[in-house]
Amino acid sequence: MNITLNGKSREFSDSITVAAMLAELQLHPQQVAVEVNREIVKRDQFEIHQVNDGDEIEILRFVGGGGKEDNNDR
Amino acid sequence: MFHFSDEQIERYSRHIILPHVGGKGQEKLLESKVLMIGAGGLGSPAAYYLTAAGIGTLGLADDDAVDRSNLQRQILHFTSDLGAPKTRSAARKLADLNPDCQIHQHSLRVDSSNILDLIDPYDVILDGTDNFPARFLINDACVMARKPLIHAGVFRFEGQATTIIPGETPCYRCVFPEPPPLGMIPSCQEAGILGCVAGIMGAIQATEAIKVLLKIGEPLLGKLLIFDALAMQFRQAAIPRDKECAICSDHPTITQLIDYNQSCDSAGGE
Repeated sequence: MNITLNGKSREFSDSITVAAMLAELQLHPQQVAVEVNREIVKRDQFEIHQVNDGDEIEILRFVGGGGKEDNNDR
Repeated sequence: MFHFSDEQIERYSRHIILPHVGGKGQEKLLESKVLMIGAGGLGSPAAYYLTAAGIGTLGLADDDAVDRSNLQRQILHFTSDLGAPKTRSAARKLADLNPDCQIHQHSLRVDSSNILDLIDPYDVILDGTDNFPARFLINDACVMARKPLIHAGVFRFEGQATTIIPGETPCYRCVFPEPPPLGMIPSCQEAGILGCVAGIMGAIQATEAIKVLLKIGEPLLGKLLIFDALAMQFRQAAIPRDKECAICSDHPTITQLIDYNQSCDSAGGE
């Protein structure tokens, strides 16, 4: 099965769920948002939603800037 | 037709000759009010360029003080500013850069009680904060108040940016419905950040703000710009509106602003 992942072609062995795809990519479901064919897949659907051949997938990461980095005692 | 002084014509000559700006556009910038939330790694370049561009009023909101570990990327602040409030440190440089620009210092940490009053006088809001509670709060407040919001974030060698026009484009919650659990996303302190990546993304925020104010070009509407500094590649991911978005849908379930408590986060700017 061939999908487009973040703009690049990528092979997966068989049709898999979004959750299984994230596991294979070693990404935690709570660190990302997943878009399949320009629709956001809700997190509670990750275990159910099947990724199919030819799907265009965007995995969008939380990028916050990031928490306390200085003045730790404040 | 325009009311520029000779000095202003000279100062803004490179804008005035631009077909998309011109005298009319420059006059519009001089009448515009922009709020930068966070005077840190993103806020520094954004505030420098907006001030230099002749934005009439620039608000800076930050309650942090300058720390030595900021200086690697927060280029508004100098070694001699260590310990000073970031808003004061920033205002000093910006006032010297362009006396046409009125700098308003808001030395506060945004929360549900103050943010709507804070953003009310401004035309465009820039999010340069460094934590998720602030990002969700700013998104929700801008949706409620219908204020254009220029969002950006940075992490290690990566950056993201998008422009949110409430009622027209998806909002931050359409993509990320809830903040991540505490500790799930490493902070800059834990993960590191290349200073110039924040510089690039802050400059992009300033560019987007000017485009929105002048209604020119194609802002990042419904598009998440993703920058990878190691590959030196930009890509755009189309982001859809969530018809069931808790804040920006026709029937929002969030009707009051939320203060997410993530005690290890700061109110400072990235």
